[in-house]
Amino acid sequence: MAPQDPLAQNLLIATVPPIGFADAEPGYLLGTDGLGRDVLSRVIFGTRVSLTVAFVAAGLACLIGSLLGLFAGFLGKFVDALISRLVDIWMAFPPVLLSILLVAVIGAGLHSVIIAIVVIDWTRFCRVVRTETMGQAQMDYVVAARTIGFSNPAILFREILPNVVPVLIALLTLEMGIAVVVEAILSFVGLSVSSDTPTWGGMIAEGRQIVHEAWWVLAVPLVALFATVIAFNQLGDGLARSLDPVLRR
Amino acid sequence: MADLLVATGLVVSYHQTRGFLSPAKPAATVLHGVDIRVGKGETVGIVGESGSGKTTLGRALLGLVAPSAGTVLFDGTHITGLDQRARQPFRRRMQMIFQDPMSSLNPRHTIGRILIEPILLHGLAIDHATALTLVYGVLDRVGLSRSTVDRYSFELSGGQRQRVGIARAVVLQPDFVLADEIVSGLDVSTQAQVLRLLKELTSEMHLALAFISHDLSVIRSICQRVVVMHDGRVVEEGPCEQVFAAPRADYTRMLIDAIPLPTVDPGWLNRGAAVEIAATA
Amino acid sequence: MSEPRLLIDSLSAISLRDGGKPILRRVSLAVGTGEVHGLVGESGAGKSTIAKAILGIIPSQVKVTGGQIGFEGRDLLALSASELRAVLGRDIALVPQDPSTALNPARRIDAQMTDGLRLKRGLSAKAARQRAGALLDEVQIRDPERVLSSYPHQLSGGMRQRVLIAAAFGLEPKLVIADEPTTALDVTVQKQILRLIRSLQERHGTSVLFVSHDLGVVAKICDRVTVLYMGKVVEQGGTADVLTSPRHAYTKALLAANPRYDRPDIGLEPTPPEVIAALRAEIAAFDANNQGAPHG
Repeated sequence: MAPQDPLAQNLLIATVPPIGFADAEPGYLLGTDGLGRDVLSRVIFGTRVSLTVAFVAAGLACLIGSLLGLFAGFLGKFVDALISRLVDIWMAFPPVLLSILLVAVIGAGLHSVIIAIVVIDWTRFCRVVRTETMGQAQMDYVVAARTIGFSNPAILFREILPNVVPVLIALLTLEMGIAVVVEAILSFVGLSVSSDTPTWGGMIAEGRQIVHEAWWVLAVPLVALFATVIAFNQLGDGLARSLDPVLRR
Repeated sequence: MADLLVATGLVVSYHQTRGFLSPAKPAATVLHGVDIRVGKGETVGIVGESGSGKTTLGRALLGLVAPSAGTVLFDGTHITGLDQRARQPFRRRMQMIFQDPMSSLNPRHTIGRILIEPILLHGLAIDHATALTLVYGVLDRVGLSRSTVDRYSFELSGGQRQRVGIARAVVLQPDFVLADEIVSGLDVSTQAQVLRLLKELTSEMHLALAFISHDLSVIRSICQRVVVMHDGRVVEEGPCEQVFAAPRADYTRMLIDAIPLPTVDPGWLNRGAAVEIAATA
Repeated sequence: MSEPRLLIDSLSAISLRDGGKPILRRVSLAVGTGEVHGLVGESGAGKSTIAKAILGIIPSQVKVTGGQIGFEGRDLLALSASELRAVLGRDIALVPQDPSTALNPARRIDAQMTDGLRLKRGLSAKAARQRAGALLDEVQIRDPERVLSSYPHQLSGGMRQRVLIAAAFGLEPKLVIADEPTTALDVTVQKQILRLIRSLQERHGTSVLFVSHDLGVVAKICDRVTVLYMGKVVEQGGTADVLTSPRHAYTKALLAANPRYDRPDIGLEPTPPEVIAALRAEIAAFDANNQGAPHG
């Protein structure tokens, strides 16, 4: 999909500005970086890394956190006490330290970035879903379902879950934005994928050093990052609106 | 008249949650040994002000709240303390209508789904299409259009929502229905329609009805017997005519006297003042 | 009748959200000195809109399109915001519907009660607190000091309503708007509160506009009554007259729908479809005749 090979270096056309500026080189729409690599192609390849992290990491954190939150909120008492304690203790660890430790133990790479995000952020989902679930469990339609004779799992997944999903979607898209930024930070410090694969964070790290000669090498991945986070939030709004009858009215 | 539901000595307490550092607070007792019976096809009113325990009594009768003491007999069988599975056959026969139809109808389910699922759960229809036919029948009976099955609760008016609540309660052809303050939020004309409908249904289907309300005038209009509650105890009970014509308990007298009838009565405001101040001291 | 204290003349309003649907249709009513005037109607009839119009707190999606609200010789609708603020709280006070939301849960009762006294009557903090205590006494609260030092959640609903009534009457206003003041209360507490409002009102000669959906309550405390249907006055007069010999079909329907414990044979009559149709026709005819009415 990318116009050029993102890894191809060509020192003859290093730090060439984007089309529209003086000295631009045709075929290199957004210019080149310090090693003559096409910025546009690198940004496009970087998208793959970011989106993978966004969907997988946020998705897993959501799944784990939400399930635990649902059980804690609905079953209450012992289960809730256990899960809540777990969340409290877990959140006491400083997240940055935890992620660095994890990466140090598992080794740098995409999988460790994903694991780090999931391990730290599942608690966010758990807490919110637990509160929402507890609120929903008080509603009369849950009592009605019980009166009619529905079993507990039926009540949890058929009555309560649909009413928790809107909040969940909002949280998920928020988390996707966070995941992308976290990956960028980790690749900025070199803890993400190997330096062969272009990542936005890596590009930002490189671009930072030559910002005076070639500002576009820093600017383009930053804009990509920004735009992606906004896009996720918009996606969340639209998704919620189309799936939720209450919001549709 | 044969008794369908007989509750004896019901005691319900709520345990106050204890904080991490504070000592456990004593349990709050909401019902102090309540007896009540409802005959087959009979309408019994349960009246009381806030804090009287009337709502808790209703829930205890349906098994939604476990009493710490006392028993509930339904059609001769003990249903207190039954587990979920044992209770299942009784669930179909004992239903409930709620005060706030906004919170008792799942906002994300269509009305059709709300009415069809119970039918399928209890096997009253073998498939979705048959269940839908039953639902259409019930909607016709309560005066709602058939297109209601595709609507959501927020698209309906208060009166319409309450009719859905009634439809849901009767669609399983129960023997007993608990109506918990079902007309409290409604305009007086809507209230009249809903209560009329309920009266017709209970007589057509020979339903036993326990009608919880704070409004004695409403109870007088639709109930045969009345149970007056105050502070978790039954202070008086008997046939409506008798209790209203000649109340025996002071509290009942005070309650009746406090109802403002739509007639001009200059002495009403100051009547009974001394009794009230003494009673609520 | 001598000069009425409150004179609403042909008040009209529309809803900007529903494409200009009329909410109030040339409502006129008069409340005399020392009179308790009931404003009766079901939900959506426009009673709280009228109350809000008097208090100047109409929501932004409602627009007044005509009429006047005459109070002490001035049209409240024509006053500027600061002029209106001078009148409110001093000459016009409100007893709100829900005592639990009308009081700030984070402030003690004495602080909330003395706000008005200090602002409107210029009393010092100490004098205001003393006056607040005296007011609580007047509303038959047995331990004013305890109540003054309490937070709202520590008091019962009836107690909170007494505090609000004390606060409203305490400024010795000329007009009190009571907006469904007993709807959220138990029926025995309601009677005590009604008695209280009546005695305070008689003692201070206050006029009261008593908004309610409950015909029974209105019967017991109001001298005169205005019946509202879809923003239009359908009947008006002395309470006894209106209740015993109602002239308009809507009033009759309301009375027929009201259950009564002393007459189980009457009440719970749903409004017949012919009556509803006739009412709708009446409203439609009114709207047709009032197209393009002058904007006040």
